Amino acid sequence: MSVLTPSRTSGRTANAQENFSAWANRHRKWLFAAPAMIFVGVLIIFPLAWTLYLSLTDSQGSVRAASDFVGLENYLTVLTDTERFWPAVGRTMSFTLVALACEIILGMAIALLLWRPFRGEKWVRVAILLPLVATPVAVGMMWRLIFDPNIGFANQLLGLLGIPPQPWLSGQDSALPTTIFMDVWQWTPMVVLILLAGLTALSDEPDEAARMDGATALQRFFYVTLPLMMPTVIVAILLRGIDALKTFDILYATKGKGGGSFHEVETLNVYAYGLSFDYNQYGLSSAVLILFFMIIIGSMWLLTMRKKAASK
Amino acid sequence: MTLLHENTEPQAPVRQRQAATRRRKPLRSRAYKTFRVVALITVVLFLIAPLFWMLLASFKTNVDIYDAGKSFLFTPTGENYANVLQRNNYFVFIFNSFWVAFVSTALSLVLGVPAAYAMSRFTMHRSALVVLMARVIPGVSLLVPWYYVFSNLKMVGGFEVLILSHMFVALPLIVYIMMSYFDSLPLELEESAQVDGLTPIGAFRRITLPLSVAGMATAGILSFIFSWNNFMFALVLSGSKTKTLPVAIFDFVSYASIDWGGLMAAATVVTIPIMIIALFTQKYIVSGMTAGATKG
Repeated sequence: MSVLTPSRTSGRTANAQENFSAWANRHRKWLFAAPAMIFVGVLIIFPLAWTLYLSLTDSQGSVRAASDFVGLENYLTVLTDTERFWPAVGRTMSFTLVALACEIILGMAIALLLWRPFRGEKWVRVAILLPLVATPVAVGMMWRLIFDPNIGFANQLLGLLGIPPQPWLSGQDSALPTTIFMDVWQWTPMVVLILLAGLTALSDEPDEAARMDGATALQRFFYVTLPLMMPTVIVAILLRGIDALKTFDILYATKGKGGGSFHEVETLNVYAYGLSFDYNQYGLSSAVLILFFMIIIGSMWLLTMRKKAASK
Repeated sequence: MTLLHENTEPQAPVRQRQAATRRRKPLRSRAYKTFRVVALITVVLFLIAPLFWMLLASFKTNVDIYDAGKSFLFTPTGENYANVLQRNNYFVFIFNSFWVAFVSTALSLVLGVPAAYAMSRFTMHRSALVVLMARVIPGVSLLVPWYYVFSNLKMVGGFEVLILSHMFVALPLIVYIMMSYFDSLPLELEESAQVDGLTPIGAFRRITLPLSVAGMATAGILSFIFSWNNFMFALVLSGSKTKTLPVAIFDFVSYASIDWGGLMAAATVVTIPIMIIALFTQKYIVSGMTAGATKG
C-alpha cells in the first residue's frame, strides 16, 4: 500500500498510521463483519445457553432466587402436560398453518390481479402497504372494537345481511379463527409484495408459448406460472411462517394474559411469555422455549430442503 | 428514426394477431376486466375499511360509539385526542418511541452495513447465518436472560437496554437487506477505484457507500418501522420513563371499562406517523420487503 500512496509527511506517526491502514485493509473482511457478529452472538449465545441451563433447574419467583438442578424434570412435566402445553402446540400449529394457507392463496390471487398494469395501480399499492406497516398492538385494539359483540361493526354488518350476531373474540371456539383473520388482514399484503416481485421477474416467454399452444388461463397458471414461481412461494412461506409461529402482539393485545380466560388463543409464544413474566416460572418456561425453538428450526429446515428441491 | 422504424416493423404482425384474438372473444375479456375491477375494489375495501373505522371511532364520543345509528353520521369531537395527548402524556411516549427507533436504527446501520458488505463480497454465508439466526429465535427465550442480567446491572427501565434490544431486531434486517443490495452492485467500480490508487477500505467509503444510499434508506426505514411497532421487548424492558407507544396503548385496556374513543385515538396516534412515513417512502419499503425474495 505504501508504494501506491507515497506519504508526504515523514516520521513515526505517519508510519504508524500507514501501518494501521495497511493492516486494516488486509483484515477488512473480519474487521467489517466482526462487530455485528459479536453483538448478535453475545446477545444470542449467552441467553440461549442460559435458557438451556434454566430449563434444567426449578428456578421460579425472582430471577435472583436460588434454584436447584432438577435434570430433565421440567421437560417431563411439559411433555406430559395435556392441559396447557399440548393444546398450545396445537393452537400454534393451526394458527400458523391456516393463516399461512389463507395468506399464500389470497396473496397469490391478489398478486395475479395486480400483475399486469392498470389505471389506479398507485392507489391499490398504497392500500396494500397500510396494513403492513400498522402497529400490531394498535391493529389488535382496532379489531377489538370492530369485533365487539355488542357495539362492533362486524355484527352490524352481519345484521344487515340477516345473520345473527357472533361472539367473535369472546367466543371460546371463535376466538382463534378471529385472530387468524386479523393475521391474514395484516400480513397478506406482505405475501402479495413478495409474490408480485417474483411474477415481475418472470420472463414472458413460457407463458406466451403456452398461450400459442392454446392453453387456457387456468392451465397456464397451474402448469407454467406456478412451477416457475415455486422458489418465490417458498421464500414467502419461510418468511411468513417464522413470524406466524412467533405471533404474540395481536394475541396478547386482544386476549391478554394466558390467551384469554379459557386459554382460547394461547399459542406456545404466549404460553412461554406468561410462564416467564406473568407467573415467573422460569425453569418451566425455559423448557417450553427450548422445545418451541426446536419446532421452529425443524420446520425451517424442512422448508429449506423443499426450496432446494424446487430450485433444481 | 431508422432505429425506431426497424423496431416497429417486426411487431406489426404481432399486433394484428392480438387484434384477431380480441375480436374472437370480446365477451370473455370484457367479463374478465369487470371481474378484475370488482375484485380490486373488494381487496382495497377489505384492507382500508377497518383502518377507516378506527379513524371514525377516534372522533366519536363514547355514547356515539355505542349507537349503531351513528355509525357514519355523527358530530365529530376532538375530545379523545385532547384526552390522550394531554392527560395521558402521550407526547412523552411519542418521544420515547421515536428516540428508541431512531438511535437503534442508526447504530444498527453503523454495525450492519460494513458487516453486510464483507459478507457479500467475501461470500461469508455461514457468518451471515449467525446474524440471521437472530430473526428466527423467539424473543421470549432471550428476554428472560436479558431481564436477569440487565436487572442485576440496574439497567431495566433505561433507554440503553431498550435500544440494545431493538438493535437486535434491526441488525439482522439491515444485514439481510444490505447483503442483497451489495450482491447486486457491480464489482467493477470498486476494482477500477483500486486501480486508481484507493485502498480497498477507501474504495468502500468513497465509491460503494455513496452508491448504496438507496439500499441504506430501504434498510433504515424498515428497521425504524419494526422498532416503532415492537411490543414485546418494550413490554418487559421499559420502565415508566421509557415506555413506548405500543406499551402505552396496551396499558389503556387494563382499566375496568374500556374508553373506546380514547383507545381508538391512541391507536390512531401510533399508526398515523408510521403510515405517513410509509406513504412517502413506498418504493423503499416494497424493495426492502421483497429483498432477496426472487433470487431463488
